Amino acid sequence: MTTQDGPAWAHAMYDALRAQGVTQIAYVPDAGHRVMIDRSLADPEVHSIPLTTEEEGVALLAGADLGGARGVLLMQSSGVGNCINMLSLTNGARFPLLTIVSMRGDFGEGNPWQFPMGKATQAVLEAMGVIVLRAEAPDDVLPTIQAASTMAFQSGEAVAVLLSQRLLGAKKF
Amino acid sequence: MAQLKRIPGTNQPAATLDRRDAVPALIERPTDWLVVAGLAGTAQELCAMTDDGPNVFGLGGAMGAGPMMALGLALSQPNRKVLGITGDGELLMNVGALAAIALQCPPNLKLVCVDNGHYGETGNQDSHTGLGVALDRVAAGFGIPTVHTINTMAEIEEGKRILAAPGLAFILLRVKDGPALKKPRSLRPHVVRDRFRAALLGEK
Repeated sequence: MTTQDGPAWAHAMYDALRAQGVTQIAYVPDAGHRVMIDRSLADPEVHSIPLTTEEEGVALLAGADLGGARGVLLMQSSGVGNCINMLSLTNGARFPLLTIVSMRGDFGEGNPWQFPMGKATQAVLEAMGVIVLRAEAPDDVLPTIQAASTMAFQSGEAVAVLLSQRLLGAKKF
Repeated sequence: MAQLKRIPGTNQPAATLDRRDAVPALIERPTDWLVVAGLAGTAQELCAMTDDGPNVFGLGGAMGAGPMMALGLALSQPNRKVLGITGDGELLMNVGALAAIALQCPPNLKLVCVDNGHYGETGNQDSHTGLGVALDRVAAGFGIPTVHTINTMAEIEEGKRILAAPGLAFILLRVKDGPALKKPRSLRPHVVRDRFRAALLGEK
């Protein structure tokens, strides 16, 4: 694909994060993050960092903050469950965190395996002190990302933006 | 009572080094580095070696965070030497981090695993490395370009040379069971974060 493929909101999200000074983009691959991942791989100013499990990204972004850099963690909602204890690092040391979560197990999901974590995603993030914002439609995405990055990088909060399956489209089974 | 058996076919030499000697011998000038130290022994000893210095972020929880924190720090500070130092238990908890680190391969990052073969903080149970898991071979298999194992004081010299040279490296420092250097250190993570950033970035 070229870097122009994919939905416009995804490109706007990438451009907004780069304008905020994000230079480390960490991810466990997911179809919902395809544009972000491909843009990061094509961007010589960015470290594009594939992870083996999502909690690695929570720790990575803490280290980035120690060094004065900004990063974002991309994951699917199933990966949120892998991050729970690692968020004690974010919470206890007051590291900023910005994570963008592509939802499974919500609007129109056809795979029953996805529901337990899909239903728990927001609750477990909030239980660990993470502020949760949601984007349901293309026009929601850019303002939500801009709000979340201000809350994370200016105010030092931990913020997750959940990209709904209503936005992404449910995978067909 | 059931006993854990050593993994058949594994035969590392018995560990003989005392970490209180070996770690300061390997890391001669700890204040030259930006350090992320894993819980608990390595955080205690790096804080002791620097008088709880602001260049050390020592973990007291979030087990498994150390190596990836060191990666994020190394990528953000390419002109500084970054040391990620941790124990065998913490490294095993998130061992896939070695794959993520090998793929990025930052030349300013060194990883040191102080392997005592035990879970020292939780009752001194045998760890997997104490029963045959070889983390040096694991690191090489993940693609870390330079891997060095230290079983004797003589082998520390090569470790020091590797630490002084550019390039991602992994050093397995095998030590016998026993206490780490220890002095009082802050266990308040937000204090440790803020002073690290203040010293490095001049942040108020």
